[in-house]
Amino acid sequence: MAQTLELPSQSAPVETSTRGRRGSPWTGLWAVVGKEMADHLSSVRMQILEVLILLTAVGAVYAVMQNVRQTVSQDPFIFLRLFTTARDPFPAFVGFLSFLVPLIAIAISFDAINGEFSRRTMSRVLAQPIYRDALLLGKFLAGLFTLSLVLTAIWLLIMGMGILGLGLPPNGEEVARSLIFLVATIFYGGIWLALGMVFSTIFRQPATAALAGLSVWLFFTIFWGMVTSLLARTLSPVTYGFPEEILRQLQTEQAISRLSPNTLYVEATLGILNPAVRSFGILLPSQLEGAVVGAPLPLAQSILLMWPQLTGLIAATILLFALAYVLFQRQEIRA
Amino acid sequence: MVEVSTKSAAPPQAATEAVLQAVNLTKRYGAAVAVDNLNLTVARGEVFGLLGPNGAGKTTTILMLLGLTEPTSGMVRVLGLDPARDPLAVKARVGYLPDAVGFYDELSARDNLSYIARLNGLPRATAQQRIRTAIDRMGLSEVIDRPVGTFSRGMRQRLGVAELLLKEPEIIIMDEPTLGLDPEAAQGFLRLIRDLKHDGITILLSSHLLHQVQAVCDRVGLFSHGRMMISGTVAELAQRILGGGYRIVVEASGDQRAIKSALLALPGVKKIEAAEREQFVIVGDRDLRADAASAVVGVGGGLVGLDVEAPSLDEIYATYFKEATNGANA
Repeated sequence: MAQTLELPSQSAPVETSTRGRRGSPWTGLWAVVGKEMADHLSSVRMQILEVLILLTAVGAVYAVMQNVRQTVSQDPFIFLRLFTTARDPFPAFVGFLSFLVPLIAIAISFDAINGEFSRRTMSRVLAQPIYRDALLLGKFLAGLFTLSLVLTAIWLLIMGMGILGLGLPPNGEEVARSLIFLVATIFYGGIWLALGMVFSTIFRQPATAALAGLSVWLFFTIFWGMVTSLLARTLSPVTYGFPEEILRQLQTEQAISRLSPNTLYVEATLGILNPAVRSFGILLPSQLEGAVVGAPLPLAQSILLMWPQLTGLIAATILLFALAYVLFQRQEIRA
Repeated sequence: MVEVSTKSAAPPQAATEAVLQAVNLTKRYGAAVAVDNLNLTVARGEVFGLLGPNGAGKTTTILMLLGLTEPTSGMVRVLGLDPARDPLAVKARVGYLPDAVGFYDELSARDNLSYIARLNGLPRATAQQRIRTAIDRMGLSEVIDRPVGTFSRGMRQRLGVAELLLKEPEIIIMDEPTLGLDPEAAQGFLRLIRDLKHDGITILLSSHLLHQVQAVCDRVGLFSHGRMMISGTVAELAQRILGGGYRIVVEASGDQRAIKSALLALPGVKKIEAAEREQFVIVGDRDLRADAASAVVGVGGGLVGLDVEAPSLDEIYATYFKEATNGANA
């Protein structure tokens, strides 16, 4: 090495070897996670959203209390009702979450990458001995942990209010079911978190990234239902009115609607929080033969029922994160 | 202009090891060539200035040296390491101060630095102590717990240097460090660069503010359209481009013709530009004051005044780029 240094201009063209980087890509990961989490938890925008969720939880639980107190003794899954029962004017807490969680996730992540560029901190941070991998994953994990922290706190709050209000402790199965519901909610948030990161990598303006994220959210919340039925009618039209045709159209519609994370989340929570649910699709009379309608499924069967939805949520989170990762790795650091 | 820094005139300690090296370094963005076959060597302890207009490829070169951008072809070695293969080791030992350095405005100076310390994997106690030292040295101790959002441009720049000191780097790379600073702050910053050099840190800085570069750099390289056109000490460049460069003004009484011929006969004198009313302007390749004085005295003249104008980088730059464009047009 030292010898070749003397005559730089004469030396033969040397190829750059970029294969095999040295050092762990996760160096500095926890420093990033720690800093980002501290930022999220102290930021005003997070606090506003936390208050919003808190109010929702209190409102929903209060409304449910009015409703279920009379039936406490008959219902074996009274605690799960706290999450799922709607009572005018309050929708069910699950319904609230299905549109509040994306909002929080997008609010956390929409300026994750482009914010570093606009504050001109990106080149300074990446000039430290860390890889880009650590920065991106650190930011994602910090978002996911923040989300988990907030949701877990609210879960505990609801359970606590339930114990106080109903005067009895939840049984093991209720705890297990609501914990799985918590996990599903976190990964539902993970999808929107990763989506926000994708947009924050693509768009240099944080405002553009936020709008893009919110558009996707609106699209799936409001328009996806219309798109689904339109597509289903086009793809499997009912020409002669045979039952087979109608059935096929319904199945197509369901398949398309499951491309939306909202559908996946609603089905997953329905499956795990409502033990009486035994299928998400259409049940033919032949399938119900011998079944006691309204009888609860055992926990394992409920998990089996919502398993595809849960893995779908996790897989979508990972895919979107991978997309953000690829985009970020290819990005030029200079603004 | 007037003062000659002995530092810039002295050749760099060429015998020492090269800590920054680029060989045939090229970076293309699609069809556009940002950096074209760059060759650059910086020795340990040197202050090297990359000069050139905006968009000449200075920042791209710096990013390649740090491994933040991959070269299209060519080789880079920083402290003997390849930044594309071994970026962590390189970045642990090299400090980088980007142009228009940014911080997390809502965090205090201390928190900003401790984040960087954690990214560098410094133990907490060491980090605390180094942050204190660096902040004190940069004169920011009174504002250490204030949010950086309230800082002026000059304070941010100093905080940026405090961050560099935290790492105790062997090499510091600065991109347009004095841009946007008021003259006083800029002077302070140049003093700081000299201090860092005294600490034995190798410094590469890019700039288009020629006076400032000339004041601190041991060697400079002129950069244009992605190419390093010419490099060397300011004196060397003056020699090559201006054909000399030191202008010595001699005022002498006595036999004017004898004095003039004696001055012309001095080794190193290129020409005598003006000779009017007992005043001669000699163009030489080095500081010829002593020789001129003895020459004047030698022919029986009386030395009245003696002054020297060091070659200015402005002049070199202007002349070089004028010649380059003329050459291209011809």
